[in-house]
Amino acid sequence: MSPTIRDMNNIMDQEEFIRDVTSVYPNKVAKKRLKHIVVKSEGENPEIEANVRTIPGIITQRGCCYAGCKGVVIGPIGDMVHIVHGPIGCSFYAWNTRRNMFRPREDGANYLNYCFSTDMQDSDVIFGGEKKLRQAIQEAHDIFKPKAISVHATCPVGLIGDDIQAVAREMTEKTGTLVIAFNCEGYKGVSQSGGHHIANNKLFENVVGKDDSNPIQDKFVINILGEYNIGGDAWEIERAFAKCGIRIISTFSGDASIDEMRRAHQANLNLVMCHRSINYMAEMMENAFGIPWIKVNFIGVKGMSKSLRKVAKYFDDPELTQKVEQVIAEEEAEAYNLIADHSDRLRGKTAMLFVGGSRAHHYQELFTELGMETTVAGFEFAHRDDYEGRHVLPDVKPDADSRNIEEIRVEQDENRFRPRIPVEQMKELQKEGFLGSYEGMIPEMKHGAMIIDDISHAELEQLILRFKPDVVCSGIKDKYMIEKFGVPSKQLHNYDYSGPYAGFRGAVNFARDIDMMINNPAWKMIKAPWDIEPVLRAETVA
Amino acid sequence: MKALAEHFVSTTNSCKLCKPLGACLAFRGIEGCVPFLHGSQGCATYMRRYIISHFREPMDIASSSLGEKSAIYGGGPNLKLGLRNLMNKYNPQIVGIATTCLTETIGDDTSRYVTEFCQEFEEFLNFHGRPELVTVSTPSYSGSYMEGFHAAVESVVAKLAKNEAVVDSVNLFPGFISPADTRYLKEILADFGLKATVLPDISETLDAPALAGYEKIPAGGARLNDIRAMGGALASVEFGRSIIGSHTPGNILLQKFHQPLYSSGTPIGLQETDRFFEILEKLSGIPTPEKHALERGRLVDSYIDGHKYVFGQKAVIYGEMDIVIGITSLLVETGMKPVLVATGSSSKNFRNAIEDVCSGILEEFPVVMEDVDFFDIASEIKSLEPNLLLGNSKGHRLSKEMDVPLIRVGFPIHDRFGGHRQFSIGYRGAQNLFDLIVNTLIQRKQDSSDIGYGYI
Ligand code: SF4
Ligand code: SF4
Repeated sequence: MSPTIRDMNNIMDQEEFIRDVTSVYPNKVAKKRLKHIVVKSEGENPEIEANVRTIPGIITQRGCCYAGCKGVVIGPIGDMVHIVHGPIGCSFYAWNTRRNMFRPREDGANYLNYCFSTDMQDSDVIFGGEKKLRQAIQEAHDIFKPKAISVHATCPVGLIGDDIQAVAREMTEKTGTLVIAFNCEGYKGVSQSGGHHIANNKLFENVVGKDDSNPIQDKFVINILGEYNIGGDAWEIERAFAKCGIRIISTFSGDASIDEMRRAHQANLNLVMCHRSINYMAEMMENAFGIPWIKVNFIGVKGMSKSLRKVAKYFDDPELTQKVEQVIAEEEAEAYNLIADHSDRLRGKTAMLFVGGSRAHHYQELFTELGMETTVAGFEFAHRDDYEGRHVLPDVKPDADSRNIEEIRVEQDENRFRPRIPVEQMKELQKEGFLGSYEGMIPEMKHGAMIIDDISHAELEQLILRFKPDVVCSGIKDKYMIEKFGVPSKQLHNYDYSGPYAGFRGAVNFARDIDMMINNPAWKMIKAPWDIEPVLRAETVA
Repeated sequence: MKALAEHFVSTTNSCKLCKPLGACLAFRGIEGCVPFLHGSQGCATYMRRYIISHFREPMDIASSSLGEKSAIYGGGPNLKLGLRNLMNKYNPQIVGIATTCLTETIGDDTSRYVTEFCQEFEEFLNFHGRPELVTVSTPSYSGSYMEGFHAAVESVVAKLAKNEAVVDSVNLFPGFISPADTRYLKEILADFGLKATVLPDISETLDAPALAGYEKIPAGGARLNDIRAMGGALASVEFGRSIIGSHTPGNILLQKFHQPLYSSGTPIGLQETDRFFEILEKLSGIPTPEKHALERGRLVDSYIDGHKYVFGQKAVIYGEMDIVIGITSLLVETGMKPVLVATGSSSKNFRNAIEDVCSGILEEFPVVMEDVDFFDIASEIKSLEPNLLLGNSKGHRLSKEMDVPLIRVGFPIHDRFGGHRQFSIGYRGAQNLFDLIVNTLIQRKQDSSDIGYGYI
């Protein structure tokens, strides 16, 4: 069995590992990387460096700004046509790769399976691509008549000076269809993260709060922010909420419909799942419309129950609370019953998680439920607040890269602002850290656990060799490298084409998949018999 | 021939991937090589993701990770730092540097940076065993991934091949074929007693065994010394009708060292393979070894046995040009009827090549479409009522909508298992494809019939 954190302390000092793993870098690089690798110790949450530029030549998991904007936040909106303005590759690579699912609404529109591009050619780069973009928008409008169209800029666009905002305005007017342009050129910012921010801003400015017809009268109405419906996660979460009598107006942006997003300002509460990609939206909606937000985690049975209880606490309605408790009791019993068999085989095993900007945190709770321990974890594109909690925000100094991403100031919307709960109560709940707060990943980790930001390929190799985890959760880019070591790797971006993993039933699916993965008999067959024991030799009889 | 559907300016559901991806694939087929993209890191991440989803193997691509500042002031410093970090960690024998749209748009002079790098860091490079640095220009706004693939091979040959000594081997440039095909190709060459340098050679690097350990740079690939010796080889053989007559590695060797060049179609199907074996007989001076003659014989035997299931069945083929040409040839020789052949790229040879492999057998040539996307294919296909589609995974939706089975060939295949272990070339590949086609059509019949086909 692989070493747990306790054993790790005996076997080798994490500090020594950190020194070793960074010693192969040139001095300057080593110094930089040292700030990204920290050890958690009892009662003390170390400071970590995050959201800074990846060092060239080091193979990273990170993607680009365009990936964060088109791929993560905007792409999943299913009844909107998304046009990628640029050469063909960027568009092709973001074509249905993320497994965000969408269920068409009454009008039957669903463009998720399409990949629209202006496929820029030489002449467009030389003479500008605006004309082609205009034509592409016109064609999309003529053929599909979508409710809205998005335009995403890739690297060359910003450099040749195409004014996609002007094109979007012009075409909105001409076609009568809302066209939103995102200047998410891949070289902006340091990772996907900048793209999330750009997407949040434009979505807020152009979509959210634009539809007041048919006001929603129900009391228990919420939005879920930062849930992308990978493998059907959002649907499983929705199932539990529906059972409790809580209505979700819109999810941002898994299984999202543009019409629902337009009405999202009518909710009484926002739940934030992936803090990294969507916290901007939560804040803007709070400032403009007065909707408070709560950080939740729908991963794991307990996580799901806790999240439901938070909603009940917020609405503070005895009937709702009772209903929620009843649902929790039913669902927990069913889920634990099914998980038990798997956790028997998983107890005591260790996991490492290197993924995204929130999942490396969220899944730790589920692993604990399975009797497993997370020894090392890290994010790919998170910021310090995702690691250490939002209280560090005032200390985070903007650098050249983060300054490039526009920060918009949102004022109260005079017609639509409405306090959801009395101001006093709101303040109280904020103070106790219930509303508008995120504690981050590090405080929840164990003494001795290691945290590594923006891990490189080379560091991951060393980790596996030294600490021999039973499973590493990561993405497709590392999966096969990890498995060459004989260690199973679970893709937590696309779930290895399985799922859902969120909510009560999702936890059961996850337990089953991890069990299947770790206990796959093939791992034992990697070494051939003749590698383990010397081949029998025939004796020569004299 | 039918008129083509109205052509749109926008591209909907592309039928091609971008240029540097092809270059990275080609670099992966050289021993000790790490592909390196000069541009923003996003491109490297996306391409790795795509290549890995097909091969289910690790695929490292380094990047110079340019940000906004370098986009304005040039990417030289990042490129140099990136190369140093890479060498420290990987100790490569060669780094294949491909440009991206970003660096091409800002007009970075990548080869100048590399020259400067070699001067500035002489000692450092000596310490790392003087790795080769090869650059290739791959802006995606002109050309697609196969052009990038060929351009990378060409750059490697142009930079490294010398003719300092005569070597008794042949050079083989197979284009983009599967690792399984590459292994088989080497087996054929060995059976003819030919020593050969296959470039690129992804047989091991993109299909490695489970190891219980990990090699930073996977073992295998064309050896650098063999590539260096290419100029002194007996001859070159080059696959791919689409590239004949253009700037190719074989042509470079021909011009520089007057080395004989044999161009052939990618040997898919019996007739294209026959042509390749003729070249091998000529080069080796021996007749086709019995093992392969038997394989050929069995293939023809199966063509006869399977004829009744496939005859007259209409097929649509799409994807990378040379695969499409080869598959078309195979279908035609088995009595099937390609009705539409399509590719996302274009070449002056494509239409001729298709007509060439069809002529003499097919009365009516298929519709030929170049530079198309799946939207164009879908609009064209409806009236043609095909029974079968052949191409990469991206045709899956089309197949579902039309309720016509799709046989996965080419790249990328990410909704089936083992695409990279598939045989397509030679008699063995033809056999594999033919069995697959026949069984797919039989299953179709069986599934849609009430009577049941217990024996067929
Ligand atoms: S910018 Fe160019 S090289 Fe990069 S992914 Fe897009 S098309 Fe490919
Ligand atoms: S070109 Fe830019 S936008 Fe496109 S994938 Fe590369 S980094 Fe991202």
